Formats: sequence, structure tokens, C-alpha cells
Amino acid sequence: MDLMGLTAVELGRKIRRKEVTAEEAVLAALDAIEKREKKVHSFVSVLDREAVLERAAKVQRQIDEGSLMHPLAGVPMAVKDNLCTKGILTTCASGILYNFVPTYTAEAVRRLEEAGAVLIGKTNMDEFSMGSTTETSAYGATRNPWNTAHVPGGSSGGSCAAVAAEECSFALGSDTGGSIRQPSAFCGVTGIKPTYGTVSRYGLIAYASSLDQVGPVAKDVTDCVVVLETIASYDSKDSTSAFRKDCRFSEALQDEVKGMRIGIPHGYLGEGLDKEVREAVLHAADMLKEKGAIAEEFELNLASYAVPAYYVIACAEASSNLARFDGVKYGYRTKEYEGLHQMYKKSRSEGFGPEVKRRILLGSFVLSSGYYDAYYLKALRTKALIKKEFDKAFLKYDVLLGPAAPTTAPKLGAFFSDPVKMYLSDIYTVSVNLAGLPGISVPCGTDRNGLPIGVQLVGDCFQEKNIIRAAYALEQTRGYRRSPLCGEGGAGDEQNI
Amino acid sequence: MKLPNLRAEQEETEAEQTTPKATISDETIEAVAVLAKLEINTEEREQAKKDMEEMLAYIDRLNELDTDGIEPMFSVFQTENVFREDIVVNGDGSEAALANAPEKKNGCFQVPKTIA
Repeated sequence: MDLMGLTAVELGRKIRRKEVTAEEAVLAALDAIEKREKKVHSFVSVLDREAVLERAAKVQRQIDEGSLMHPLAGVPMAVKDNLCTKGILTTCASGILYNFVPTYTAEAVRRLEEAGAVLIGKTNMDEFSMGSTTETSAYGATRNPWNTAHVPGGSSGGSCAAVAAEECSFALGSDTGGSIRQPSAFCGVTGIKPTYGTVSRYGLIAYASSLDQVGPVAKDVTDCVVVLETIASYDSKDSTSAFRKDCRFSEALQDEVKGMRIGIPHGYLGEGLDKEVREAVLHAADMLKEKGAIAEEFELNLASYAVPAYYVIACAEASSNLARFDGVKYGYRTKEYEGLHQMYKKSRSEGFGPEVKRRILLGSFVLSSGYYDAYYLKALRTKALIKKEFDKAFLKYDVLLGPAAPTTAPKLGAFFSDPVKMYLSDIYTVSVNLAGLPGISVPCGTDRNGLPIGVQLVGDCFQEKNIIRAAYALEQTRGYRRSPLCGEGGAGDEQNI
Repeated sequence: MKLPNLRAEQEETEAEQTTPKATISDETIEAVAVLAKLEINTEEREQAKKDMEEMLAYIDRLNELDTDGIEPMFSVFQTENVFREDIVVNGDGSEAALANAPEKKNGCFQVPKTIA
């Protein structure tokens, strides 16, 4: 049986019905990794086979005793390498954390383990989530399972590639400016960035704390929703955690969008958007219209200011958050130094990669005396205006629909020389983080080269159910398509396209 | 900490309305590197200046927006400060805290001599 071709919920059901054991499920994942990891490199580290089997056996005993009934019990999962896992190497894809073994587990991961999901590996990412291609990882680039000459997107590129390559049944990612939604679109999988505060950030190594949010990546909307229900909860260990009365997101898994009001930001369809992506996204809107939704274009003002505001705020917070890496408490310490300050400077300069240093420098600059008002406060004022524009939009619409990224996945190396070009690939996703909104990316087509296209659905704060319902309706029409790496024919290798 | 010549640069930029592009001098990039606790060697310096100039040129488009009278939004949700009673809920975590230390001695983090 092709266990890795099943969705997480389907596999979990088979395990509960005793058609498959948890051990068989995790072995299927480890076998898939053995087969495909050389081609995609989704993982920074894969757990020891014995340890995974031991964990799976324990879960199986609990299932047999009837003490574990969760839909994800026994299901193999992968976790982005910026989420702390007790006793398991956690690098943030950075040289500065090359040997960091956390002494505690992130709350989101802990909740999944409690539900019986079995961790099989830590996924690759852009170093400290700073990047949009997973090429800034200190441990080598991840490749797109749909065509290995192309990037998987980023920064949760490893998590999305691992799901698309069927090396795990689902994965956790994190999203600061689109880091779940953009790679989900590039890899033909589904990913949710929940409302800020929905999932605890405890144990998530911080990039930009006011924007960071943990979320699921999976084959379909149902899997994402089941994972989200498992990880969403108030946590006193995260002071920005939101107390939500209703996290029963699965109630929205209904193919019913009659009367749903959908707004398509006009500016999202203009200059810079690839023609094929535009067509696929508008086709998705038409599919929802056919099912009874009311969709129209509207003017979402200030959209073009989101990226500059985002980079000021994210870099400012990063420069502060990454001050903790000093070669004293954990991670890399330089070999030769004279005095404390040189030890700090050398450890950091040798431990961080170029993109991280670039952002720390920019962040330090915009927070410095004389520039704080002109750049940092200006960006926070812009953020307030952007939030107001979204508030206005959600008076008229239940869901906003647009592309998740301006193009399909670029080839490796295409963004590397030009940071501003890379930053512009986040143009449709960053405003959602600035305003704290929930967003989902669902596959909606492929381009002429067979690379996936994703449509992004955005809801008002705490209104995940609206975007889940719309995404589910879209998925019912189109269905999940496997990446060529996993389907027949063995395509997906460097095709000449 | 006050950066040496940032103000002067800013005024210069304001004066030259035709080319409102931020220019980053050697002194500025050095001063920022001090704040960031990063070492930038001579080869890296030119690239760092160029990168920052490019990013600031892009960010400067925020100046097109009139934000007078708009409060800076630090947090999207009006959150009140979260307080708790000062009660110890965990045990002795010193061993765990030191587990990843690059160098340690007598149950403490070991650092180079800091006080002369």
C-alpha cells in the first residue's frame, strides 16, 4: 500500500482502524526520505531510525489501549528547524546554531506529540527564516519536487518540499511575511498562516516577534485544519497568545460558499504578476462564483507600501531578537579572540550568513538614534494605515482572493544576486502579517512548465472559518495533484524547460 | 548610542531633492556594525554599503505617504500587558541552561575577562 500517498487524516484513520500500524507508517516515511531526499534535500536532520520506531511503538500501544484516539495518532510529521525540539538538533539553518540541542520542546510541537504524531525530521529553511527560496540555509538549498532545477520557495521551503515529496504526511512551518503561503504555492501543497496569536510562539526561535506565526503545511485543506485545531490554543508561556473561544475550524470544511462575498484586490492583478498565475487565480475566483459566491474586484489601497514597511519592521525586530546569539549561552563561539567584544563580533560574523547580517545591519540602522522616527516609526504608522484599509475591506467582503506569489517557482540562483527582487516576491503576502490576518494558500493550477500555482485567501482576524470554507470548496473542484517526483514516470528531475 | 555623522547625511539628503537617495558612508556602516556587533572587513564594506543604500532607496517610498497624526502601531491587537503572580513553577534548571554553553566553569557560563 502507498501509505505516503495518503493524506494525514486518511493515514491516521487506517492506523486507528488497525489496518496499518504506527511503525509501518513511520517506516514508509523513512523509506521515502531514503529514496527522495538526495534529490530534494528537504531536511536539515532526519531522526535516528531506532528512535522514531521506539516512539511509534509507544504511540501504537496507546492506540491499542484505547487511550489515544486523535486523528493524527501514529502519523509521521516533519517540523521546521526553527521550532525547538528537546534533545534534537535545532539549527534554524544557521551556522551559529550548528550544535544547538534544545532542552525543551516548542508548544506547537508538544501538542502534536501529545496527539500521537511522530516526529521524523527537522526541515530546511532560509537561515533564521530570512529569505524566500530556502537558498540562504547554511546546510544547502532545498529543491522543488515538481522540478528540481527550481527552488521550493521559502522560508518554510523544506516543510513544503517534504510534504510535496511525500517524505512526511504533514509538516509545521512558520510565516513571518509569507513563509508558509509562498512555498506552499510553489510546491503545490496547502498551507495556513493563522491569525496572529492563535498558535503559541513558545519555542519558536524568533525572527520578527510581532509578525511570526506557526502554521500547518499538508496535502489538503482537511489535513491543515486538523493540524491547526491541534496546535491552536491559549498559552500563558507566550504573552501575545490570544484566547479564542472557538477553534473548531473543521466545522468550516463544507463545500458551500453560496452568498460568500469575495473581494479581489485590483492592484494584486496588475504589473509584475505573471500572466499564467493571473489566469489561474481568476479561474479560481470563477469556480467559487459558479458555486454561488459573489466575487468582484476592488481597490485595496496602500498595498504597494506593505513590502517596504515590512522590511523595516522585520529587520528592526530581527536585529533585536538576534542579539541573543553572542557565543556565550549556546551555539557557535569563535576560536581565537581577544576580550569579550571581539569574541561577540567574531562569533556573530562567522556564525551568521550574508542575508542575516544584511538584515541585522538594516535593522540596527533603522533603530539608531536619528533614524528611529524617520524609518521605524514611519513603518509602524504605515502599518496602522494598512490595517485600516483591511478593516474597510472586511466590512464589504468575507474573503479576499489573490495570488500567493507573482510567479511560479524561479530557478535556483535567480534571486540570489538581487535582494530587492527577492523581497518583491513577498508582495502579496507580507501585508497579511502586518495586519495579523489569517491566510491560506491552495493549489489552483500549473503553468506551461508544469510548476504549481497557488491562490491565496485572506480573512479578517479570527475568521479562519471563512477562508477554510472557500479553500475547501476550491479543492473539491480541483482535487490534490501529486508532484512528478512521487507520481508515475519518475519525472521531476532537472527537466530542460 | 549616538551615531557620528548620520544627521549630517540626512540634511544633505533633504537638501538634494533631485536625488533623494540615501548615501551610506564608511563611518555610518562602521557605526551600524558597532551597534549590530558585527565585524565588516574592507571587502565586505562596499557590498554592505551598496546593499543598504539599495534597500533604503526602496524603503524611502514610504515618504510618499502622509502619516501625520497616525499613531505608530506596535501591536495589531490592543493587548494589555500580561502579568502573573511571581510564583516559581519550575525546578532547578541550571544544568539545562548550561547544557549548550560553548564554555562553562563551576556551574557558570565562562566568558573572557571583562573587568580589568
